[in-house]
Amino acid sequence: MSEFLERVSAGEILVSDGATGTYLQNNGLEPGGCPEAFNAERPDVVQGMAAAYFAAGSDMVETNSFGGSRYMLAKYGLGERVVELNRLAGELARRAAPTGRFVLGSIGPTGEILEEKGGTADAAEMRDVFAEQARGLAAGGVDAICIETMSDVTGEMTLAIKAVKEETGLPVVATLCFDRGPRGLFTMMGDTPQSTAEALTAAGADVVGSNCGIAIGDMIEVISGMRQATGLPILTHINAGLPRIEGGEIVYPDAPDFMAEQMERVVAAGASIIGGCCGTGPDHVRAFVSRLRDPAA
Amino acid sequence: MMPELADIPNDFIRGELDEFVEREDERTELISLYAAAEPHLLEIAAAIIAGENGPADELTKGALERGSGALQIMDDGLIAGMALVGIKFRENFIFVPEVLACARAMKAGMAHIEPILSASGVEPLARVIMGTVKGDLHDIGKNLCIMLMRGAGFEVVDLGVDTSADEFIDAVEEHEASLLGMSALLTTTMPNMGRTIEAFIDADLRDDVKIMVGGAPVTPDFADEMGADAYGDNAVECVEVAKRLVGVAGEPEIV
Repeated sequence: MSEFLERVSAGEILVSDGATGTYLQNNGLEPGGCPEAFNAERPDVVQGMAAAYFAAGSDMVETNSFGGSRYMLAKYGLGERVVELNRLAGELARRAAPTGRFVLGSIGPTGEILEEKGGTADAAEMRDVFAEQARGLAAGGVDAICIETMSDVTGEMTLAIKAVKEETGLPVVATLCFDRGPRGLFTMMGDTPQSTAEALTAAGADVVGSNCGIAIGDMIEVISGMRQATGLPILTHINAGLPRIEGGEIVYPDAPDFMAEQMERVVAAGASIIGGCCGTGPDHVRAFVSRLRDPAA
Repeated sequence: MMPELADIPNDFIRGELDEFVEREDERTELISLYAAAEPHLLEIAAAIIAGENGPADELTKGALERGSGALQIMDDGLIAGMALVGIKFRENFIFVPEVLACARAMKAGMAHIEPILSASGVEPLARVIMGTVKGDLHDIGKNLCIMLMRGAGFEVVDLGVDTSADEFIDAVEEHEASLLGMSALLTTTMPNMGRTIEAFIDADLRDDVKIMVGGAPVTPDFADEMGADAYGDNAVECVEVAKRLVGVAGEPEIV
């Protein structure tokens, strides 16, 4: 078993990283620019980001490859550079990683809907797209793959999990995005936290979870629901609240201390790997780590 | 006398309405709509609600052959069906895959209706320009809005993703649109909605078009702050907001 899975499966509470896009934009990425292109153009920034999270106490960081699938990169004219940009993403994070800390290769949604779900994407083609990205990440030396922010657990996510496993044999972390509607928390395709956890377990994920979309209170409910339906370890990357506008600027309201305090409830609900999504940064990670290591503080 | 549920001459629709439409105002409105419709048009509506492509196509063709008017088929069949679909979606009874199936069924029916309507010079509810803003490549939500907008009788020109302010302006002018809808998924591209609105002001066109915005990170406050006319939280609200903005939803405060 990989060292990553060994530690996670032993029930150890681990801290992941914070947002990637926010960090890159604060360091020169134009709004609407291609984040993955930075792996080639600004390796110093991308490696520096991983280093900043590790310095803040992250046990693992995610690679800068969320939009690194052929579907997404092709929109920037970079469809032929999938393997290269993903390999670089893995290498840059790896280079920043101290011994005993981990690198998760990030794979985000394709932005397409499968034919079987009413969209236009072909399943065999989508499978190959995930395999291609995973190949690049594996070549970059990642410890596991984190497939995240997905909406379609039985379609796109299941395809991705299987493609990654077949292609790389790496452990797979699989997280879905939920939204609160009038009848509760659902993915865009209509799955509940419970049915999602069941589907992920059946698809062969090693770690399940949820990221993005909702604030920490709702995320605690998602984690509890998933916990009822699976014995697998649970990871969550949580937004610093829902964004709002203050004086023309976009602000995420949840401060590091507030989130750190709430993280005890997140862990009590069943998550064992905790980290941040949109709006979080190294300061959040630092607060999570100090709270977990020294809860009385 | 007010029509009642039992007056709807279609078992399937009666059951769907009874099970899924909970708001009193919407029940009343839909019961009157369905109770007054001809049974063979309600069958079209039922095919739309069930998301059945083939029957929607066949039944629409059949209705035209037996002499029903295109406009009536659209209103009492296609749009009437999508009205219930929209409510089921908003209330979490159905989700994106089901809505896509329903929208496809509606499209199959519309394919027979549209040529007749345009040949006879029937005006759409309004002409609408829609697109995802500059720098943003996400279109699932926007596409859903467009499907429901078309399902409600709007003519929509889809500018796709990564749409600049100039492209929005050119399209509004070219198509003489009365309504513009902008979408963004990223917090980082959301401000481009505000910039586009400013560009309309600079071009002296702001008064010619109503502007509505939506997308996961967008909030009513943000919509207000950047000077949009309206905000829609989801695809169903998008349609409601659009109707209100062009003054067709019983509240013609803005015409």
